[in-house]
Amino acid sequence: MTVAVEKTQRPQRTGNEEPPAPARRAPTASRSMSVGAILVVWLVLFAVLRGKQTLSLAAADLTDLHRWFNDVNDSIGANRNSNPLFLYFFNEIRLVIDTLVTFVQELISQPTAGRPVPQIGWLGVVGIAGYVSWALGNWRVALLAVAGFTFLGLQGLWQESMDTLALTLSAVFVALLFALPLGVWAGLSDRFNRVVTPFLDFMQTMPTFVYLAPLTLFFLIGPASATIATAIYAAPPAIRITAHAIRSVPETTVEAADSMGATRRQALLKVLLPMSKRTVVMGVNQTIMAALAMVTIAALINAPGLGATVVQALQSLDVGTAFNAGLAIVVLAIVLDRVTTAASGRADTARGSDSPFLKWRRHLLVAGGVVAAVLVYLSHTYLWAAEFPGEGGTGSTIAKAATDVTTWAQDNLSGLTNAFRDALTNGLLNPFQTLLTDSPWWLVGAALVALGTVLGGWRAGATSAVCVGLLIATGVWSDAMTTLASTAVATVLVMLLGVVLGVWMGRSALVDRLLRPSLDAAQVMPPFVYLVPFLALFGATRFTAIVAAVVYAAPVAIKIIADGVRAVPGTTVEAAMSTGCNTWQIITKVQLPMSRGALTLATNQGLIYVLSMVVVGGLVGAGALGYDVVAGFSQGQLYGKGLAAGLAIVLLGVMFDRITQAAARRAGA
Amino acid sequence: MARHFRAGAAGLAVLGLTLTACGGAKVGDDSAAGSGSSGKCGTFNLAINPWVGYEANAAVLAYVAEHDLGCKVEQKDLKEEIAWQGFGTGEVDAVVENWGHDDLKKKYITDQKTAVEAGPTGNKGLIGWYVPPWLAKAHPDITDWKNLDKYASKFKTSESGGKGQLLDGDPSFVTNDEALVKNLKLDFKVVYAGSETALIQAYRNAEKNKQWVIGYFYEPQWFMSEVPLKKVSLPEYKEGCDADAEKVACDYPVYELDKIVSAKFAKSGSPAYDLVKNFTWTNDDQNTVAKYIAVDKMAPEAAAKKWVEANRGKVDAWIK
Repeated sequence: MTVAVEKTQRPQRTGNEEPPAPARRAPTASRSMSVGAILVVWLVLFAVLRGKQTLSLAAADLTDLHRWFNDVNDSIGANRNSNPLFLYFFNEIRLVIDTLVTFVQELISQPTAGRPVPQIGWLGVVGIAGYVSWALGNWRVALLAVAGFTFLGLQGLWQESMDTLALTLSAVFVALLFALPLGVWAGLSDRFNRVVTPFLDFMQTMPTFVYLAPLTLFFLIGPASATIATAIYAAPPAIRITAHAIRSVPETTVEAADSMGATRRQALLKVLLPMSKRTVVMGVNQTIMAALAMVTIAALINAPGLGATVVQALQSLDVGTAFNAGLAIVVLAIVLDRVTTAASGRADTARGSDSPFLKWRRHLLVAGGVVAAVLVYLSHTYLWAAEFPGEGGTGSTIAKAATDVTTWAQDNLSGLTNAFRDALTNGLLNPFQTLLTDSPWWLVGAALVALGTVLGGWRAGATSAVCVGLLIATGVWSDAMTTLASTAVATVLVMLLGVVLGVWMGRSALVDRLLRPSLDAAQVMPPFVYLVPFLALFGATRFTAIVAAVVYAAPVAIKIIADGVRAVPGTTVEAAMSTGCNTWQIITKVQLPMSRGALTLATNQGLIYVLSMVVVGGLVGAGALGYDVVAGFSQGQLYGKGLAAGLAIVLLGVMFDRITQAAARRAGA
Repeated sequence: MARHFRAGAAGLAVLGLTLTACGGAKVGDDSAAGSGSSGKCGTFNLAINPWVGYEANAAVLAYVAEHDLGCKVEQKDLKEEIAWQGFGTGEVDAVVENWGHDDLKKKYITDQKTAVEAGPTGNKGLIGWYVPPWLAKAHPDITDWKNLDKYASKFKTSESGGKGQLLDGDPSFVTNDEALVKNLKLDFKVVYAGSETALIQAYRNAEKNKQWVIGYFYEPQWFMSEVPLKKVSLPEYKEGCDADAEKVACDYPVYELDKIVSAKFAKSGSPAYDLVKNFTWTNDDQNTVAKYIAVDKMAPEAAAKKWVEANRGKVDAWIK
């Protein structure tokens, strides 16, 4: 239906600019003219047709599709106990995963039968963490691991942290069990890669709130549900990055192996896997980060740990306590990130170095292992090594400081921030949102498809058409457009920050080292911890939601752009300098244009990350799709609508992902 | 070289063993703890819904069940929907503060028959439109809905599109506000704050900075002891006036908050079931415990202990 409308629309508006698009090398100038023409026609038609056919739906209204989703959900619940699928399939999965998680928990976090403390106490865990970090990475990360884990204890959050660690490790284990083989397969087979990609998009952009309740229906309340919810969200990065790693192995190497008569299996095990090890470890790293980002959400279905502390503290707006627990999550994340990164570096250097140093190291490893074993034994046997000593005084100091800072900011900054908020809302967000929500649906749809075609080519255009059609079918078109407006504004801000800080970081290693921990923190700190002060500063508004999205999404864009800028060959920069370019010229004429690929990737990832914050935005005043999802999670009769809104978020994500990727390919060509 | 390090390792091991020898208290030395509390009650699975008032009820019930009845109480942090779902799968025994939820009652009590009602908690739940106290004091007539339009322009924000802003939306509660605004012909727009946190923060700011805020709120709620919000009176609630969601033009009903237990638990003969069934207290009681938890930042268990010790008479009536 949409396609038909879009076809009648396009000729009159962009007919004369279209032809260059499918050409092999479309000149950028004509492309930006096409975009301009589309926007002008859109604005003109908007002025004429404003407020007609906007497909708006009130917050409590439902469509038939939403009711049907409700019925399906209800009938699953009603038949749970008699359905053989449940009795013999889901229940078995649940049992296996429950056993795994309980095992890890009894090892490090939960008291076991007959023991008031877990099998391995804090000293043992710290010992193991240090030893493993050193064995897989280097002594510097080992030191970091020991310091980090000890800090968790000083915060007074030892048991909570270990609960979180147990759940994260189990979820990462389960995720990798599937992700690595699937990733290898996707790396080897183009067809499988094409099949699996939409599923990965779905897993990453579908808000967890949508499937949390059904998940507890399938796997009951308990560790299994929390682990599976975390694994669903955390697996895609590992699959994607593994596939990418396998693909990046130079063709000549594979051919060389072939010519020496290696079988497929041998080529995989002896050539492809060893050569892609470094990148695969980065995939594991991303999976761990994603798993930690789920900690607070899992707490809503009784997952123990730091997430529960955060959720509970926020019920009484106790920012200090929530921050302390959030900080513990950040510490865990930074330790795990640095250790896996170091491990991937070692995977690289260890290959081929057969120096006497290696022999030396083997003995050291044995010695370290003995020390770790002694520490584990001590922590198993003696109370002082089992339970972290002290009352967690550091934690209450941190909590108090965080509370004081929050109070100060609220008292002293609110006038200033309101002016900024109003300027941005009235100057940029409101006009844009009005254009999207008050235009007839077919006009917005046609414009999106036309933009997709011009920027990304015919295939991207066709994808946009399908997505627009499905968006209309979800019945939440108007909400989707409201969300789209905020998302676009947030992405623009993300890119502004990304370019400024990314270039700065890319040009200076010192700045990079100083900024990176804060970027990591912004990615894993549970959003609500910093949202409470934001709510005080900006009120429950769309702007607050945009700020939340920017805080979460900007780090990714910054990191990608920094890497891109750093990858510009030093000789090129030097050549430019020798011709007398100043710093500004080098940045704008050399470094940014040469990292165009990184810029597009940053836009793509920035947008996807912004979309993954839509639900959090719904909790602080963004309304629209985010609120629909949250309300669907909380109220039975709105469940179907929440699911539809979740699907709409996925559709927006897929549409923009395909357009930006296609645009990137063209820019690269 | 290698011998060097082997020696070092041995040295460390010896050091470790020495430490062991002068180690201190061993795990399991005081094995008395933890074994006393498993009487005939068995395990009591108590859902903890995520708001402080609920937690106050649950903390007191858990404390009494543990210390007076010898139950092993498993507290499970769950959202309402999921807690109700747990009745059927046997993972939740009781929900101890339920706000209406007729849809859930129909689904789980009437249709699936996995849950049964266990009587009121004694708390009265009010839902409605509230303004910060400074506003009610400065403009006393604002607490009548008929005067709201007069002030509509004062409530304008960047979100409300030129109209007054009615801040809605803890998503867990049913709201008729869009219909109310339409049917009472008010010049307001409903803006969805989206969480209790956002609502509380908005009121807190409004009271401190004398800002104009009107929104959806409810009591009993711990925040009322910090900022006693004033309720705006809407056209009086009459039985059935909210039957058609589109045409609602009256106030929200007063909710008799009640307790729901799983059908299995009700038949189990557990003393914990009798405790849940007999449990009632007043809004003041709940507010006291909620204040201990939210404002004084006591652990729920400590808050419960404090209240139980001060109100032994009430507690004894539940476990007779």
